[in-house]
Amino acid sequence: MNREDFIMLNKDIVYLDSASTSLKPKCVIDSMNDYYFNNTSNIHRGEYNEAILNNKLYDETKMEIAKFINCDKREVIYTSGCTSSINMFVLGYMKKYLKNGDVVLLSKSEHASNLLPWFNLSKEIGIKIKYIDLDSDYKLDYSSIDKLIKENNVKVISLAHITNVIGDIRDISYIGDICKKNNILFCVDAAQSIQHVKIDFKKYNISFLSFSSHKMMGPTGIGVLVGRYDLLEKMEPLFLGGDMNLDFESDCSYSFKEIPSRFEAGTMPIAEVIGLLNSIKYINNIGVLKIHSYIKELRDYLVSGLDKLDNIVVYNRNSDSGIVIFNVDKIFSQDVAIYLAHYNICVRAGNHCDKILKDELGVSNTVRVSLYLYNNKEDIDKLLNALKNIDKIYDIIL
Amino acid sequence: MDDKIRREIILDNYESPFHKGLVDDNGYKRVSYKSQTCIDNLDYQIKIEDNIVKDIRFDGDACAIATSSSSIMINNLIGKSVDDVRRILYNYKNMIEEKDYDNKIIGELEVYSNISKQPNRINCALICCNAIEDVIKN
Repeated sequence: MNREDFIMLNKDIVYLDSASTSLKPKCVIDSMNDYYFNNTSNIHRGEYNEAILNNKLYDETKMEIAKFINCDKREVIYTSGCTSSINMFVLGYMKKYLKNGDVVLLSKSEHASNLLPWFNLSKEIGIKIKYIDLDSDYKLDYSSIDKLIKENNVKVISLAHITNVIGDIRDISYIGDICKKNNILFCVDAAQSIQHVKIDFKKYNISFLSFSSHKMMGPTGIGVLVGRYDLLEKMEPLFLGGDMNLDFESDCSYSFKEIPSRFEAGTMPIAEVIGLLNSIKYINNIGVLKIHSYIKELRDYLVSGLDKLDNIVVYNRNSDSGIVIFNVDKIFSQDVAIYLAHYNICVRAGNHCDKILKDELGVSNTVRVSLYLYNNKEDIDKLLNALKNIDKIYDIIL
Repeated sequence: MDDKIRREIILDNYESPFHKGLVDDNGYKRVSYKSQTCIDNLDYQIKIEDNIVKDIRFDGDACAIATSSSSIMINNLIGKSVDDVRRILYNYKNMIEEKDYDNKIIGELEVYSNISKQPNRINCALICCNAIEDVIKN
């Protein structure tokens, strides 16, 4: 749908790598160009028209995000991306409030961004990491959560809403309820879900929510951390400097601005904030439910096409998102990606930033196709046709 | 070199690589090489005695170019003196980087002479070369 809004699709290209980064509609790019061509200014304290306009857009974006995920606008912090968001609360809050022996529940299908910051806390302050079991479809085994809570001093559960390799959609409403009942902090990595699944920050009892703009048709270089206000009051800013301080004196005393300004040090990526505002408006204009059901339809079409090819193994047949991972018998996944690139079909090969999922999946590397709203069945047909002729791969890539 | 022959040599060495599989022998130096730019992940074992490369083994997950170039490179290096190995690696690297090289020194490795036209495969073609260079340096 809406293919005409994506200038890059005017090239003869089949873009199937949206879990990595999404394409940007023209309105998002135009809004950023408008900032650079016509309305460049810094924000805060400028008394001229352009600065006033940008202040307004900066705040309007927070209000739009707050409305989009149902939180208070004071709970919205701009970061450089989802990785930065997770590091911000793990290092700024968790490092201070977790203690040696406290248990954090993760899963082996998390992105590196939701693993390594916790591994770091394990080394630095001695928290214990436990993994929630995965079932035969590599989805969360929800029954193991209760068991782990009963047997351990669980203080935090941190999970992707949709995992970036398996593409399974977690029931964060259910997990949020469990967390509330057991007084556990619930951290959600929404990098792969924010663009097509409805999230309700308050209703799902989320403590910290992280996402990136560039996977939701916004620009790179900006992400969002949403933190429950009472937790943000205790969170330490990781970066100190301009625009986040209220006052400082030569005797080294200083004080911070209110939340969330104290977490946004230095000049923020203003053009990117404006781009993000327009990407959210763009998603809202279509509707997340409509986007999700369209992606699901495409996914079913893709999986049924792959099923007809006898040399393909699909690893996540029963997931519900636009992410499909597979391997071609006896062909290294990177070679498959290079072969497809010959036909201008853009996919990704590798472990997709999850190097411990191999413990469950049994393979280290796969080819990942990821679909978004601008894809259509013709894109999938082109992929399937190329895969049908993959016996010619080495004539093409060597 | 004729394209068909070039392809056949690469493919033969990819599908049935020589010297694949590591050995349990302390006489070998081992180096693990994970590509920084792609997903090639190979281990190499090198046995050097009296300044002669007696044996090299490798294993791991890698693409057609990284696997086949390891196979051909290792075939070329076994039995050579460390100085000769340096010379081969130097000329091979030069070829990959489109600099002057002596094709008589690199032999069959010349099948990768066009790899620079595919920039994302250059590192795949250099993985074995870099691994062995590291061992020799140390």
